[in-house]
Amino acid sequence: MRIIVCVKQVPDTNEVKIDPETGTMIRAGVPSILNPDDKNALEQALLLKDEAGAHVTVLTMGPPQAAETLKECLAMGADDAVLLSDRAFAGSDTWATSNALAAAVRKLGGFDLILTGRQAIDGDTAQVGPQLAERLDIAQITYAQSLEIDADTVRCQRLLEDGYEIVETKTPALITAIKELNRPRYMSIRGIYDAFGENANIKVWGVADLGIDASQVGLKASPTSVNRSFSPPPKPKGKKMLDGTVDEMAGALAAELKRLHVI
Amino acid sequence: MHLQLTKQQEIIRQMTADFSAREVRPIAAEIDNTETFPMQTVEKLFKIGVMGMNLPREYGGAGADEIAYAIAVEELSRACAATGGIVAAHNSLCCWPIWKYGTEEQKNKYLPKLTSATIGAFGLTEPNAGTDASAQQTVARRQGDSYVLNGSKVFITNAGVAGIFVIFAMTDKSLGTKGISAFIVEKGMPGFSLGKKEEKMGIRASSTCELIFRDCAIPRGNLLGKEGEGFKIAMSALDGGRVGIGAQALGIAQGAFDEAVAYTKQRVQFGKPISYFQNTRFKLADMETNIQAARWLVYGAAFKRQTGKPHSKEAAMAKLFASETAMEVTTRALQLHGGYGYIRDYPMERMMRDAKITEIYEGTSEVQRMVISADILK
Repeated sequence: MRIIVCVKQVPDTNEVKIDPETGTMIRAGVPSILNPDDKNALEQALLLKDEAGAHVTVLTMGPPQAAETLKECLAMGADDAVLLSDRAFAGSDTWATSNALAAAVRKLGGFDLILTGRQAIDGDTAQVGPQLAERLDIAQITYAQSLEIDADTVRCQRLLEDGYEIVETKTPALITAIKELNRPRYMSIRGIYDAFGENANIKVWGVADLGIDASQVGLKASPTSVNRSFSPPPKPKGKKMLDGTVDEMAGALAAELKRLHVI
Repeated sequence: MHLQLTKQQEIIRQMTADFSAREVRPIAAEIDNTETFPMQTVEKLFKIGVMGMNLPREYGGAGADEIAYAIAVEELSRACAATGGIVAAHNSLCCWPIWKYGTEEQKNKYLPKLTSATIGAFGLTEPNAGTDASAQQTVARRQGDSYVLNGSKVFITNAGVAGIFVIFAMTDKSLGTKGISAFIVEKGMPGFSLGKKEEKMGIRASSTCELIFRDCAIPRGNLLGKEGEGFKIAMSALDGGRVGIGAQALGIAQGAFDEAVAYTKQRVQFGKPISYFQNTRFKLADMETNIQAARWLVYGAAFKRQTGKPHSKEAAMAKLFASETAMEVTTRALQLHGGYGYIRDYPMERMMRDAKITEIYEGTSEVQRMVISADILK
């Protein structure tokens, strides 16, 4: 089985501060991490590799330092990695990004599954996975909290707000992972020595390698425009706290809900 | 001179610190309280390759360097000294001597087990042979194709959970230390049993028991090294062991220091956080200075060991200074916590209890001073 895992290097948003003047993220000094949902996607690929054998390729697009994230993936157990890095990719929105990723997947040739995280914690769009599936014209299952493979059939529980649905499709398919899918493993000591050594198995491809025109990627090929970014105002505090015994509080709550015509 | 970690060493610190925070710290107080060996944690440590990490790839190891190993033990011990000590005893005292002195057959038989699932232990100390390790009373008598062991070992780390033991015994009493030999003994060999499980002051989650040999016949092929090489094997294994215990002590000190910094910043007395007061600040400054000094001694000894040059003195100095630093830092950090440091809701009293063993095992502080002074005056 061949699996491609698409990952993104993101700022650790637990450490990020927003500049109150400009509304943009202050990225200086913020550590970069492997996007958490992508880590779950990689773990699923590695579980399939452990169970039945698979070749796991990790793919990302980003600046040269995104290679660090690919090394982490290799140290966890991925077989090889591809970094799409070229000045021409700079400023790509999800549309342009999925275009470049689709070209890279075609260049990699043949796969059974593409796994990726539901969304990245920096942009939170959840668009790149679905767009990639559309561009490759394959089935997709998003928000997977479980995944089973039986020959060429893949079956997932797809988490919804009020429960889950079971969705089945034929491979090749693209699945987006959520944190409920699994518990990612740690890098191994052996993996760290190999991946962070001098002969790490990482290919770097630019626009020319993908056989696509530079006008199809980057800022100019991106229809998204960001008008303004801002921190949402904090939610106001509740009007009042109930107190007294459980019966008294329940009574007061019911009276308030009646007054507001909720019940 | 590059006083900088390699990229791999840095990532190993990140990974083991992350492992320690998520897998070790949450259970540290409980396993201390209940004297429970952290078997699930150790299984995970096998999985990520910390157990036997220095062994070559062909035996299932990672071929890790000595500084990376010290870092791994340090980061585990920062959260739980017992867990760090389990790893140190396994790697330094069981894996290493079998790799260094074993035949190819012994290495192929035992090392893949020690990197995948089987915990190792080391039996040198006896009721009457502590600091004077040469006074071995356990004897090994040649009998046909076997050696027959009789005697007992005490205070053996990992004893209750280990499957493979490196054991020392007298093969020829008339030769003194040159009459001591080393053997690889497996759990379950007839005549080999566990004695009393010790109830300890600290590192209570690690397994420490007596080993008893009653006409325990082991195959001749399990002699490690040559007859009479046992004392040399024990002493060279302890050089590595002392780097490991130095790293454990360093981790304990760093863990206690982290707690003290956090606590003194939030504890308010006389209207101010106590970190505002000069008494606190100067204590923290001294603690940090000693911890850094200990760290360079430990990494320096690890580096020297990695180069293959003699390093008995460096290992002894690292272990001596780091263990005394651990005792001092935990004592001061507890004092900064006041009454809260003395109760079990906070980790300080555990860390202080754990620190004490590092001044005792794998050679007491007095033994380290003997080793260091003997090297100076040789």
